Amino acid sequence: MTASSPVPGALRSEIARDGATIVFVARDRLLEAMTWLKETPGEEFDYLVDVTAVEFRDRERPLEVVYFLRSLTRRADIRIKVELSTSDELAVDSVYHLWRGADWLEREVFDMFGITFRGHPDLRRILMWETYAEGYPLRKSFPLRGRFSRAEQVRQALNVNPEANYSLEELSIAEAAGDLPDDMRDRLRRGERGVIPEPPQ
Amino acid sequence: MSKRTVELELATPGVDAQGRATRVPLTAAAEPGLAEEHMLVNIGPQHPATHGVLRLVVELDGETVVRCIPHLGYLHSGFEKLGEYRHYNQIIPLTDRTDYLSPMSNNVGFALAAETLMGIEITPRCTVLRVIACEMSRIISHMVWLGTTSIDLGAFTPFLWAFQERERIYDLQEMWTGARLTTSLTRVGGLMADIPDGFVEKLRHFTQTFPKTLAEIDGVLTRNAVWAGRTQGVGTLTAAEATNHSLSGPMLRASGVAYDVRKDKPYLGYETYDFDVVVGEHGDVFDRYLVRLEECHQSNRILQQALDRLPDGPINVDDPRVILPPKTRAMSDMEAMIFHFKQVMEGVKAPVGEAYVGIENPKGELGNYLVSDGTAKPVRWRIRPPSFINLSALPRMAEGHLLSDLIAINASVDIVMGEVDR
Repeated sequence: MTASSPVPGALRSEIARDGATIVFVARDRLLEAMTWLKETPGEEFDYLVDVTAVEFRDRERPLEVVYFLRSLTRRADIRIKVELSTSDELAVDSVYHLWRGADWLEREVFDMFGITFRGHPDLRRILMWETYAEGYPLRKSFPLRGRFSRAEQVRQALNVNPEANYSLEELSIAEAAGDLPDDMRDRLRRGERGVIPEPPQ
Repeated sequence: MSKRTVELELATPGVDAQGRATRVPLTAAAEPGLAEEHMLVNIGPQHPATHGVLRLVVELDGETVVRCIPHLGYLHSGFEKLGEYRHYNQIIPLTDRTDYLSPMSNNVGFALAAETLMGIEITPRCTVLRVIACEMSRIISHMVWLGTTSIDLGAFTPFLWAFQERERIYDLQEMWTGARLTTSLTRVGGLMADIPDGFVEKLRHFTQTFPKTLAEIDGVLTRNAVWAGRTQGVGTLTAAEATNHSLSGPMLRASGVAYDVRKDKPYLGYETYDFDVVVGEHGDVFDRYLVRLEECHQSNRILQQALDRLPDGPINVDDPRVILPPKTRAMSDMEAMIFHFKQVMEGVKAPVGEAYVGIENPKGELGNYLVSDGTAKPVRWRIRPPSFINLSALPRMAEGHLLSDLIAINASVDIVMGEVDR
């Protein structure tokens, strides 16, 4: 039920309580290990089940990014982990180009933990809105009810402007930014969601 | 993979200048200058065809979708964060509210993960009752899917039939758990209650009469020209694409990949039941419909087998550290009182470690990943949400189709926003 020969960049391995094999991989060799797991004959982990991250209550322990891989041809599972020290930069390479399914999963980990996936083509927040300023909700340092007071959260929710629901990229479709009412365009131009380009004269 | 095309004359009845009846082709000659102008259309979050609070920003070239950008999170409730502050049994009510179209199945998925983490072996009667719960959930979830999708595509009658069948299961759920939707059926190590008197007979009657409704739905939809025209060849994904996009459940199987967690990584003794894995061929909306319809038949078969073999015996494990003692004993016996107190105040402690259990939910593979540091509350509770991951293929499927097909494709994913946003 596991990789037949050692995964490149493997540091150590463990058996989880559900019987799955966990392989810890060095952070800078993650992409090499994942490419090897996907493309080596006899491994063929062609299916990415899930990507998530774990932060422990013990602040000294590093964060873990967990990849659940499956080989649909061999009916085998493996779990790959990368440890990220909190004192370090929280970043790993994206596996988007190996499995398209990683697209939203990596965006969610970025949204919830603030872990950057280098090479992801569209790394935006996904569950929280793009201008969300309270931080990363699933980090242990994030209080259960959020960083801002309830009054501040309500104030911000009520003050959201209609144009803020669209990204600048979306507003460039059909030059929609140019069709907005003046006050909305002014707010955008003042940089409330980035500066919109001037329409061609 | 063969490609299906549907020959339809795109024309509408009209009258010409002399007043004679004629057919006006729908494909009008393009106006110069319109070709390069794209349109921005916002669908949702409050729109019946988005099946919940999903918002789609669509870039259109005429009526053709150039790009579809989904926006999520309108129903984000932070269940995973809440789970880190609760005992394992206190998390179970949260699982009701993720995929609220199949609550009992979610309860089972979480309980299995917690039991794997703690190394608990459940009783034979509990195992069979959980299979019944899962398959009942599959039927109601597929019935909702069928009803809402047919209404999206203009067929009203199957919606009523499907919801009537769903209502019968809801009655059974209410009979068993006291709740129609927020069932909270399982406990770590067992169930909240055994099935009441008369339940087996009512469920058996359901399994005998349900295939008739399925045959009726099959009769009005499967060979219906409008239904076939709206669904065949729409939103096609090949097996390789479906695998690469991490799709699961009926979405994956409709593309021809025969992966079913019940067969390939059996839990709850599914390997001992006789049922078929339903696999499609073309990976389009029509095949997803066929797969779900046939899965209802297979679920019905499993329900009948489960009812036949339902053993007597306890539903809970015999471990006072995990299962609350009966109320009468807790009030009269000192030791039982202490176990009661410790469980309610401290919760059930799990050993250090982690466990992932995937089950075949109606929408796909529902994974529950629990990490414990030895306390009674998990360090991390991760739900692998099948409809979230299935939805991520929507932009890829919708590209190049008409706007009306986008509605059909979105319906075929079978999303439930409570689970997508969690």
